[in-house]
Amino acid sequence: MSLSELLRMLVYVVGVMAFVGLNAAYLVLAERKGAGRFQRRPGPTEVGYAGWLQPVADGVKLLCKQLIVPPGADAALFRLAPLLVMIPAMMSLAVIPFSETLVGRNINVGLVFVFAFGAINVMAVMLSGWASRNKYAIISAARVVSQDVAYEIPMLLVVITMLMATGTMNLHEIVQQQAGWFWHWNLFRLDLNPLMPVTFIIFFTCMLAETNRAPFDMAEAESELVAGAFTEYAGMGFGVFFMAEYANIVVGCAMTTLLFLGGWQSPFGVGSGVIWFLLKMYAVVFTVIWVRWTFPRTQFYNLLNLSWKILIPLSLFTLILTAVMMKVLRA
Amino acid sequence: MNSFPISDYLAVAIFVFCLAATVGGALLAVLTARIIRSVCGLMICCIGLAGLYYFLHSPFLALMEILIYVGAVCVTIVFAVMLAEPDEPAREERSGAAILWGTVALTVGAAICWGLSRLSLQGQWTAPAAKVTDGSVKAIGVSLLTTYSMAFELISLVLLVAIIGALVIARTGRSKA
Repeated sequence: MSLSELLRMLVYVVGVMAFVGLNAAYLVLAERKGAGRFQRRPGPTEVGYAGWLQPVADGVKLLCKQLIVPPGADAALFRLAPLLVMIPAMMSLAVIPFSETLVGRNINVGLVFVFAFGAINVMAVMLSGWASRNKYAIISAARVVSQDVAYEIPMLLVVITMLMATGTMNLHEIVQQQAGWFWHWNLFRLDLNPLMPVTFIIFFTCMLAETNRAPFDMAEAESELVAGAFTEYAGMGFGVFFMAEYANIVVGCAMTTLLFLGGWQSPFGVGSGVIWFLLKMYAVVFTVIWVRWTFPRTQFYNLLNLSWKILIPLSLFTLILTAVMMKVLRA
Repeated sequence: MNSFPISDYLAVAIFVFCLAATVGGALLAVLTARIIRSVCGLMICCIGLAGLYYFLHSPFLALMEILIYVGAVCVTIVFAVMLAEPDEPAREERSGAAILWGTVALTVGAAICWGLSRLSLQGQWTAPAAKVTDGSVKAIGVSLLTTYSMAFELISLVLLVAIIGALVIARTGRSKA
């Protein structure tokens, strides 16, 4: 390892941290502005020009609050949980290629890397709920586990489908295969699997469920469970969970972009670059916000039924179909 | 490549960190009275193990360790704990039987530990002339489906038996209720 490599690593570590922080701050603003527009009101407008400094005010407020560990809570686990939820999200960003050259570390198993670290998230949210020693938090923790376990299966099945279709776990290569016009994107590669758009919708739905976003926000059902697993967290403890939620949304949207929407490839075959990746990723992020403020929260049983009775059989079917197509067309 | 002097120390530091996580996690898993902390210890132990796998040039195995053991096994255990047990420290058992079984378990454990240590320190280990595989996904897949296909199928048979067993227990439990 040379000095320049060490410096590059340092720059990326600082870069990822800054990106996660800024991104969370301004996605919260975008979410509040978006929510306002969907409900025909202006959203935050007071701090700075048209509310642009609102995240700074929120951040200062959160930092000034006292961190309280409730009596009876498991103090060590209670403090550990925010860390456990934040670190995996940041680790995942290290392997996501933003462009041809802009990637923290291009490893051959990048696809598995992101999903492996994504799996720690469930454990962390559950621990936070359990350690708080609060009824609502525990109910929420139980919900999170059953929901995330149910949705992890179709998600990983879709990932296996994509793995078979692309033949590689290297995120860089997956994007390179989608070069050219937009019909080369995996979303429109009907020759690999005629149900590719369905696969995309399954993946997007599971991504919403895994990041605990409405209509699947069982973990933080404000109207029933106060704030779910995060009820007892004050100040920056809560802030870290919030940041991690947005970081996870960004990771999920980035994976959607990389796997289905051609990553940094331009839709017209020329002028590919980081700008296209960001445009596509934030378009998907906007859709996530849009869905949250458009659909009501589902019932818990409907949510599990959707996964076990519709998404899992469907994703298994697309998996088998892809295998058959590969055998018939490429043999 | 002009090697940066600190890089060796960095690698050693990360190795020691993984080792500490493995050993510390394992100790936490068996020594704590609260079962939820035991599971956390198991999780830390698995993450440490994943780090050690990475040091052995098997990034895929390391990631699978995290995906399966942390993401699935630990979550399932905690879920079972939440459904079954109230979160209270277990009462200290000081009866004669507990001490007897504890002594037996300690003796057997110490014997196994001694035997394994002796074997690994004094056994005639020969290093393979070349690296067996490159640890890539392809190499693992090929060896799973050729050399080790028998073991691979047997493991799936064991899992099948476990699933059927769980179903049988759940079924009879339901009819009695």
